[in-house]
This record gives sequence, C-alpha cells and structure tokens, in this order.
Amino acid sequence: MNPSADTLALASTEFDLTKVADGQQVTLKWRGKPLFVRNRTPAEIQKAVADDSASMKDPQKDADRVKPGKAQWLVLIGSCTHLGCVPTFGGGDYGGWFCPCHGSHYDTSGRIRKGPAPLNLAVPEYEFLSDTKVKIG
Amino acid sequence: MSGHSTYQPKTGFERWLDARLPIVRLGYDSFVDYPTPRNLNYWWTFGGILSLCLASQLITGIILVMHYTPSADHAFASVEHIMRDVNYGWLIRYMHANGASMFFIAVYVHMLRGLYYGSYKAPREVLWILGCVIYLLMMATAFMGYVLPWGQMSFHGAVVITNLFGALPLVGPSITTWLWGGFAVDNATLNRFFSLHYLLPFMIAGVVILHIWALHVVGQNNPTGVEPKSKADTLPFTPYATVKDGFAMSVFLILFATFVFYLPNALGHADNYVEANPLVTPAHIVPEWYFLPFYAILRAVPDKLLGVLAMFGAIACLFALPWLDTSKVRSMRYRPTAKLYFIIFVVACCILGLCGAKLPDDPVLGHFKTFTLGDADLNSFVWLSRFASLYYFAFFLVILPVLGLVEKTLPVPDSIASPVLSHPAAAPEQATAAPEMKG
Ligand code: HEM
Ligand code: FES
Repeated sequence: MNPSADTLALASTEFDLTKVADGQQVTLKWRGKPLFVRNRTPAEIQKAVADDSASMKDPQKDADRVKPGKAQWLVLIGSCTHLGCVPTFGGGDYGGWFCPCHGSHYDTSGRIRKGPAPLNLAVPEYEFLSDTKVKIG
Repeated sequence: MSGHSTYQPKTGFERWLDARLPIVRLGYDSFVDYPTPRNLNYWWTFGGILSLCLASQLITGIILVMHYTPSADHAFASVEHIMRDVNYGWLIRYMHANGASMFFIAVYVHMLRGLYYGSYKAPREVLWILGCVIYLLMMATAFMGYVLPWGQMSFHGAVVITNLFGALPLVGPSITTWLWGGFAVDNATLNRFFSLHYLLPFMIAGVVILHIWALHVVGQNNPTGVEPKSKADTLPFTPYATVKDGFAMSVFLILFATFVFYLPNALGHADNYVEANPLVTPAHIVPEWYFLPFYAILRAVPDKLLGVLAMFGAIACLFALPWLDTSKVRSMRYRPTAKLYFIIFVVACCILGLCGAKLPDDPVLGHFKTFTLGDADLNSFVWLSRFASLYYFAFFLVILPVLGLVEKTLPVPDSIASPVLSHPAAAPEQATAAPEMKG
C-alpha cells in the first residue's frame, strides 16, 4: 500500500518567483500538499531575526530557514506539524501563520511558538536556479 | 441458557432438512423458543434496533455504490449526481448519511445500558468485548465513509485523522505515507478508503454473529442483574421480545424518518458541500457528532503524542471494563452511589461532546476572562474538556475499582420473579401478570 511509482515520480517542480509581489504569498500544490512561497517584507524578517533567541519548542535561527542572501524568500510546506491542516497567514499572536484546527501559532519565520504543534513548518529541499527561479524537491 | 432444544419438525421436508442442516432448528431455538428474562425493559430493545441499522446501511450503501465513482476527480460530482439525477438518489443518500448517525445513537444507548446494568461482568466479558470490537469497526467504517463524498470536511478530516498515526515515535511518518499511498491524502487514499468502507460493514456483520452467539451461550442480563433461576423468571422470545422489539423499532424509525425527510443536513456540515481543496482548510473543522467526545479528549492534552494516546486510551478503558469494576453486585439499581457516579459520567460525556464542537479558546460562560492557568484561560472550552476528560478516566480507573470494594449496596432480590411475587401491595394473580408490563 506504499506510494506507487507514478506517485513517486511527481517529486520536483520549478517555480517563477516574479509571480510573488512584495509582502505576498503564493500557495502551490507540491506532492499533493500546499507549499507556501512567501516574499517577506523587511519588517517580517526583522521580527523573525529579533526572536531568534526567544524560548521555542523547536529552536532554529531564521537564517537557517532561508538561503544565504535570500532572506526575503521563505519557502515552507504549508502543512501544520500538528495534524496537517493548512495554516493561514496573518492570524495568531506572532504575526505569522495560524492553524485553525487546534490553534497552533507560527511566527514570520514559520517557527512554532504556541499551540499543540511540535515542530516548525518544514522547509522543503529547494535551490535557486537563477535570481527569479527556484526548483523545489 | 441455551438448553435443550424443543424444536419439533412438523413436515417431512423439515425432518429431512433437520437431519442434514438444522438451520430451522437454530432459528427456532434462537428467536422463537429462546427464554428471555421476563423483566426486560425498553433499554433492551436497542440490540434489535442496531441490527435494523446495520441492514439499512448495507442496503442503501450497496445501492449508492451503483452510482458512486471512487476517484478524486469525480467523487464529489458523482455524489451530486446521486442527489440530483438518480431516481430517489436523494432518499438513498440521506438514509445512508443519517442512518450512520442513528446507528451511533443506538450504539451509545446500548453501551450505556450495558454499563448501568453491569452487563459486562462475568460471565459476559467476551460478549462485552465483542461489542467493543463492533464499536471500533463502526468508527472506522463511518470515518472512511465520510471521506467518500470528497468534500472539504471529508478531505481535511481524513488529513487530521491519518496524521494522528504520525504522532507515534519513529514509525509514525512511514505509517502515514503507507496509509495515504502517497505524500498526502489524495486519489490513492480515497480508493483504499472506498475499498475498506465496503469491506468493514461485512466484518461488522460477522462480529455481530459472534456477539449474538456469545449472548445465547451466557443468556441476557436483566434490570435486576440476577440470573434467571427457574421457568418463572423467563418468557419465550416470541411473542414477548419480538413484539416489544418491533414496537421499539417502529418508534425509532419515526425518529430516523424525521431526520431523513425534515432535517436531512442537520447532523452534517455545510462545508462538506464544497469540493475538497487541499490548499485551504475550513476555518472551523470538526468531526461528525459521534466522534466529538474523543476529539475533545485529543485536544485537551497539549502534547501531540500524549493527546493521541489519551484518545485511544479512552476506548481501551471500555475493553478493560470487565476487570476494572470490582463490585459483586451487577446492576446499578442496587448500587445507589455507583448510580450517582454513572449519571455524572453520562453528563461528562455530553460535556466532552460539546467541547469537541467548540473552539478550544472560546469562553464557556459569558465573554469575560478569569485567569490564565497554564496555556489557556480557565473560562475556556479547553479547560472544561480537561476536567471532563479527567472525570472520564477517573470513572473507569479509580471510581469503579475502588467503589466496588467500599460501597454499601441495597439488598438484591433472590430471583427475578421474587420481588414481584412477594410485593405486599400486589395480590398474587396481579403480581404474576405485572413484570412483563413494567417498563
Ligand atoms: C456500518 C455500516 C455503515 C456506516 C456506519 C456507513 C457510514 C457512511 C457515512 C457516514 C457516509 C458519508 C455520508 C455522507 O455524508 O454523504 C457514507 C458514505 C458512503 N457509503 Fe457507507 N456506511 C456503512 C455501510 C456501507 C456499505 C455496506 C456500503 C456499500 C457496500 C457503503 C457505501 C457508501 C458509499 C458509496 C458512500 C458515498 C456516497 C455518499 O457520500 O453518500 N456504506 N457511509
Ligand atoms: S492541525 Fe494545526 S493545530 Fe492541529
């Protein structure tokens, strides 16, 4: 009952970043799950970096969640690490994402700050092919 | 109680068949001549009602399959096709969807009946456990059935429930991928759920046969909890139980029909009439009403793994019940203290159901804040569900084991017939006629 060969073949996808305006987010479907590509504002980045040393369930620096020199681009698997609902941006106590299912709050780096989810929103494997193109997976 | 058979084959054919396959004898011994305690009340009619529910789900389900398409691209449209185009498709689907709710109403009454009258105590442990197995299978069946229309609630419900297994350490993620047949809930998941949704009801039917077999070996319990001792304590199944069961089924069907014809969507969610969209979760996701108490227990625990364990533990308590209750008296009719705790237990379950339907952080009373205890305000549904969950577990793990050893019980009658026959107010003739008329 494990994934069949054609399901496994859906592994990677390319995405054109010019589609995402400043301070906006695009949600695409990758391996059947939502993928958030967020073009962060300087204020969001600042807030995320400022919280690097706050106490967290799954401590991680903001710089470790983005590619070097590309702090503006945050790429996340949009699946709550609690039980897999899709969090919405702009809600919650930390200015990031809020999961409506059981109330998990994520910050502007996608790190879990409050609620039942145990882990930060996952950053998938991806690379920059050029300044405006990423390959995910 | 399954004593000597009194079946007498009348025709030559019956004698011929009886010597080869005594099936008529089995039916006669089980449903005609079978001795039932004479004091059974209406709480004992829910077994028959449950059989009716299972039959109804099987028949309507098989007809639905004739028109349903198990595919992520077509399932939603095919259910709409059933609702709009198929002759009486709306009726079949509403009967099936509401039938599931009726099934759970009946099973909860049936289980609480068992709990109150101590029907799980020796020698009925296996009978009780088979019932718990049926209940587990029903939950699995209903969950997978709810995924089939592929609406928003179907989809995100499936995501949340399958992710529960992801909480297990080490093996969790591999189990969820295996359950999904992919990286997320998708077409492969829908198809396997369809396959299992077709299979499990027939497994339920199989376990029901074992359940009834076990019942006929140990005999029915009754409101006094005293085993029948003589013929004066029992009545033949037909006509007494058949007529009483038939009347109860008719009343139950009125309730069922009220939902199907007047309130067909009252127990469902509007969001499930929106096709599944993996990219957006509905703002307020809740399971079907019959899962709400367990959902509330899951959310009451702030830790993911512990929450999942508590939820499964709540069901495990039912399986262990025969060995948790230490009381020598079977029926709570003669256990006034236990009766009180039982009533609080029923209330706690209802409160859990209410909590499961609300947002955890919403206030229970008014719109004010009290003080923050741990991660939430005390005046919130999450704290209410914590207290109710605590009681749920305490009832099984502390109250029943301890109470059985220390409580003072009322005198139990010597036999089912004796309290009636010796009742000072009743003349002997009336007394013998009374028991089967008392509810
Ligand atoms: C234990 C018995 C059963 C229970 C509790 C049960 C429960 C359910 C539930 C809750 C739904 C979702 C209804 C909705 O919201 O639309 C459903 C759908 C469905 N069930 Fe069952 N079911 C049972 C037996 C069966 C059987 C025996 C079959 C076929 C052999 C079947 C076939 C279907 C089909 C095709 C659907 C999808 C169409 C629809 O959504 O109405 N079911 N079931
Ligand atoms: S799925 Fe997000 S909080 Fe439970």
